[in-house]
Amino acid sequence: MVSGKGIIGLKYLDKSDIEQIVETAFSMRDISKRSVKKVPTLRGKTVVNLFFESSTRTKTSFEIAAKRLSADVVNFSYTSSSISKGETTIDTAKNIEAMNPDVFIIRHASSGIMDLLSRHLKTPIISAGDGTNEHPTQGLLDIMTIRDEKKRIDGLKVVIAGDIYHSRVARSDIYGMGKLGANVYFFSPPTFITDDYASLGASITYDAKEAFTDADVIIMLRIQLERQATGLFPSTREYSRVFGLNEQRLKLAKPDVIVMHPGPINRGLELSSGVADSKEHSRVLKQVENGVSIRMSAIYHTIGEGHEYTGN
Amino acid sequence: MKNVIMDAPAIERALKRIAHEIIEKHTTAPASLIGIRTAGVFIASRLAEYIKQYGQIPVQTATLDITLYRDDVAMGTGRAIVRATQINFPVDGASIILIDDVLFTGRTIRAAMDAVIDLGRPKVIQLAVLVDRGHRELPIKADYTGKNIPTTDDDEIKVVLTESGSNEDAVYLIKKGD
Repeated sequence: MVSGKGIIGLKYLDKSDIEQIVETAFSMRDISKRSVKKVPTLRGKTVVNLFFESSTRTKTSFEIAAKRLSADVVNFSYTSSSISKGETTIDTAKNIEAMNPDVFIIRHASSGIMDLLSRHLKTPIISAGDGTNEHPTQGLLDIMTIRDEKKRIDGLKVVIAGDIYHSRVARSDIYGMGKLGANVYFFSPPTFITDDYASLGASITYDAKEAFTDADVIIMLRIQLERQATGLFPSTREYSRVFGLNEQRLKLAKPDVIVMHPGPINRGLELSSGVADSKEHSRVLKQVENGVSIRMSAIYHTIGEGHEYTGN
Repeated sequence: MKNVIMDAPAIERALKRIAHEIIEKHTTAPASLIGIRTAGVFIASRLAEYIKQYGQIPVQTATLDITLYRDDVAMGTGRAIVRATQINFPVDGASIILIDDVLFTGRTIRAAMDAVIDLGRPKVIQLAVLVDRGHRELPIKADYTGKNIPTTDDDEIKVVLTESGSNEDAVYLIKKGD
């Protein structure tokens, strides 16, 4: 799956693909720690960041990753594009494809659009998030961060808590971690859970005690305040009290529990500052560091393998 | 057809001789042996043992993965797995000896030199190989050679070592078409 069509969702990757991308990322991480933070691997290759939805952190992470592999990066964002002139997404992508890039990094607000685009484009795509569907590189970097700390995924109790409904991270996490044998729990207000979540393979709970007890890993999701117009929970204060993670609740988990968050954090809402800044438990900044390595690995595998060589 | 070019005693003799040659040339600076994955790593650690045994000169070893420096990564040559490079000493000013099993086109060594130079500015880089089979495509020459073996372009040289799970040490020359 990695070859040819890129990485559009962890749903489509099998266990060995995921393990290979994560393994390679650990080797890539060493490069970011040297004084010369660059290897010549993808010299002469062009990576296009095609962002139809605003993003600073993910785009920067992909850009740094591509540059550390010596690829050229072109950023294309919707605000400055012809989208505002009425061009369709497929037309926009095909126009850029005509300039012969080697890989597209695409973010889009429409769930499932990567499937559509990958049918229309010959260039491999790495998804940087599509709507509420998937954010595969975030899922991979979460797996890497857990592997780094726990040396395994199999059999761990992983709690994903918060705004599951709007979260593409939750979906990528459950696909990826499920394939690697983790016991994943979704913990959130019932309004954030629809029937189809049961089919993803996670245990669903609305009780904080059940969720956090003996957890090895807790992944707190951001309450997407900008998407809360529909009133899925009564107030942020109540949410914080019933569903937030604080020092007391963390005591329910295993002593060596790690806490992760895809960022940006709403401090005091889903995650208390004490937990967010805990040296012992918080791995939030480690996730960001690993994100660059995972994206280097994703770009390397997508270009280094799938691309058919046609000679110079 | 598969011919044994070097058997275990021959490999041992060749590596011991190379160890003596390295000792001769490294009277002051420590010899920094960098093995190129995978076979080069095993040869480097054997050489380090011999050097300690005969020379009492300081010696250190490291491991280099050159996958990201290859010039054929994007040619769709298959799944290239990137393994860790582990060099736990400063490369700046070091007296480095790259170690590989077979010297052929020289492209691996070119990649290895680039990889090392990205880590710092060594005082000198030398090259030690168990087998030199000719057919260079780059201006590269070994400083220490176990054995020169004349080959044709499509011959295959296979080095098996006990460290990689083989039950013997040997170098084979495999002739195509025979």
